[in-house]
This record gives sequence, structure tokens and C-alpha cells, in this order.
Amino acid sequence: MGELKPTRQVTIEGGASGTSGFATTKLEALLAWARKWSLFKYPFVTACCGMEFMALTSPRFDGSARFGAEAPRFSPRQSDLLWVVGTISQRQAPVLKRIYEQMMEPKWVLAFGTCASCGGFYDNYATVPGIDKIIPCDVYVPGCPPRPEAVLDGLMLLQDKIQRGATGDRRPGIVKPREDPVRDLVQLRKKSSLEQGNS
Amino acid sequence: MSQRVLETLKEKFGDAVLETHSHLGDETAVVSPERWKEIARFLRDDPSMAFDMAVDLCAVDYPDRTPRFEVVLHLYSISKRHRLRLKARVGDAEGEKAEIDTLTDVWVGLNWFERETYDLMGITFKGHPDLRRILLYPEFEGHPLRKDYPANKAQPLVPYRTEEEAGVPLDKLAPFGPDEGMPFGRRVFAVDRGES
Repeated sequence: MGELKPTRQVTIEGGASGTSGFATTKLEALLAWARKWSLFKYPFVTACCGMEFMALTSPRFDGSARFGAEAPRFSPRQSDLLWVVGTISQRQAPVLKRIYEQMMEPKWVLAFGTCASCGGFYDNYATVPGIDKIIPCDVYVPGCPPRPEAVLDGLMLLQDKIQRGATGDRRPGIVKPREDPVRDLVQLRKKSSLEQGNS
Repeated sequence: MSQRVLETLKEKFGDAVLETHSHLGDETAVVSPERWKEIARFLRDDPSMAFDMAVDLCAVDYPDRTPRFEVVLHLYSISKRHRLRLKARVGDAEGEKAEIDTLTDVWVGLNWFERETYDLMGITFKGHPDLRRILLYPEFEGHPLRKDYPANKAQPLVPYRTEEEAGVPLDKLAPFGPDEGMPFGRRVFAVDRGES
């Protein structure tokens, strides 16, 4: 369990450029790799998305254990991934901000569901229009609630972002909204009715 | 069903009962706000009324009417099995003087209902032991369920981050509409109409 000695341990012999600058980058990559596979989550569950969050963590999808993010820590000081699951009301905003501030660096935030991402269909006196108005957010997962697959996508986007590190692309990851299957069905039906009409 | 209750009320209080209304077994009495508590006490204590349960208390805002607000009280009698809806009209056009007597000393359970009505609609209940906001925070100004409160006006407790602070355009982050994932965005006929 000794300390990592960057210059000696990660320099690649015979590499194209065996300089120390090259070695430092590799240490970052190693650290990022360790971080992205050992996320400790803090579930900030406020609304109905919590049910989908439970479905995600249960054995069928096994959503977080496969990514090394199984253990929840109910203390923000011990966790590095904040899951904001559900609607955040104006009255709750100071609490969320404080939880975020109590977390240790490096830390990441995942907005679970449309309400956490942009306020959802609530556009009124009571609801915060997206948690990014209060705290920085790294990944947005749309859906009301999102399918577990969408959350897994989001988790992988976050891993990508962690791997890119502090110098890489810092823009937030956004899970692509689900395609509407009804649209295809309607087109199919139209097409078949047209063919029948022609024949 | 509880027509008898309305008749008793009219008989006993006369002019204080401004109007009554019956529809499909729902009986409503609009009473004068000055005698609100007296009528409530009678409804609870009289053995033939025996309204021992206050189901709900809320208020409705009719901006075009004077008096502007209607305080609505729903009552149920567990022993007699009859219901009554009691209304009182208060407040002027600007929403001032929206005052009515508290009923917390008649039905203790109305305490929080009155606080909620005060919080969201701004009806003052005279004599209430603890008339504070119950759902919103003390810093909130105004009463959001009044019709003259702007529908999407928020009063944030935490100042929002600016775009300079965030380094990214904040309103463009989520590339999906607020109804993403909602069933009403996925109707077949809506798609049909859009494409034809």
C-alpha cells in the first residue's frame, strides 16, 4: 500500500517520448480510472424518481454495482457522486446547496430525471428550474422517470468525463432523450394503408 | 340527503344564510362571515347536526367578484352520516380585508388547514393561535394561489448561478423539453396531425 511514485512507476520504457511530462499525464489517467470505478454515491432522493432509482439499484438492472458505485454513503463528506433524484423545491434549494458544499473534491453531480435537469413541467413559484441554477451539474438524464438504461448511459457518460480529467472536455454529459416509438408505428401504419389503397 | 340541515340552518339563522344550493346530494350554504364561528359551533354542538369532523378548509379566488374570496369548509357527521359545504365570502377587490374568524377552537384539526389557506391565499384567520406560513418559507412575499400572483414568478432562497459563474449557457443545457417522458407528449393523433 505504498505511495505512488509517479515518475518511476508509470514511465513507459522505450516510449516515443519518455519525458516526465508524459508520465504525469499517465498518473492522471490512472487516478481517473480508479475514481471512475469507485464512485461513492449520495442519493438525494426527493420525489417519485426515487422509485426508478430503487429499480435501478435492484438486481435486475444492477445499475450501480456493475460500475463500482454500489455503496451509498449517507454522509456527504464520504461521497463523491451526488445523485439528485426528483423535484427540488425552492425551499429545499439551500439544503441541496449545502450538501454539495460539504462534499469533498473531486465531486460530481448527476441530475436524475427531467425535474432535476430543468424543472420538468413545473414552471411556478415552488420549483427550482433545474439544479444547474444552484450547483454545477455533470450529467443530465432526461425522462419522467428515466428508464434504468438511460441512467446507465448517464453513468457511463460520467465515467467518460472523469476519465477525461480536469484538462479535458468539461462540458456536462447529456443522455439522449428516448426516441418516441409511436412515431415509427404511425409511419408504418400509414405506409401499409397507402400500399393497400394503391393495389 | 342533508336537505334537513339546510332547512334547520335557514330556520335558525335566517338572514345570515345568504344562499343555499343542492345538487346530487351535495348541500352548500353560503353564510355571512360575521356569524361564521357561531354557525360552526351550532353545527358541531346541536344533537341533530352533530358535525364532528371537519374534512377540509380552503379558499377560492374569484378576481371579478366582490367580495373576492370564498372560504370553503367541508363538514361531515360520522354519527348522522351527512355532509355539508359551508362557504363565506370575504375580501375586497384588491384582496385586502380578507379576514374571517378562526375555527380552531371549534375543530382543533383545522389549525393547519387555516395556516395553509393563509399561506397560499392570504386569508387572515382572526384568533388563530399560530398563524404562520406552513408550506412556503418566511421570506416569501405575497400569496401564490391568488389570481393576481404571476404564474411563474419564483422567489429563490439561493441566488441562481450566473452564466459567467457556470461557464456554460444555463438555459441551453438540457436539450429536451419539460414534458420529456410524459404520456401527453406521445399521443398518436398528435403525431398524425403533425405529419399530414
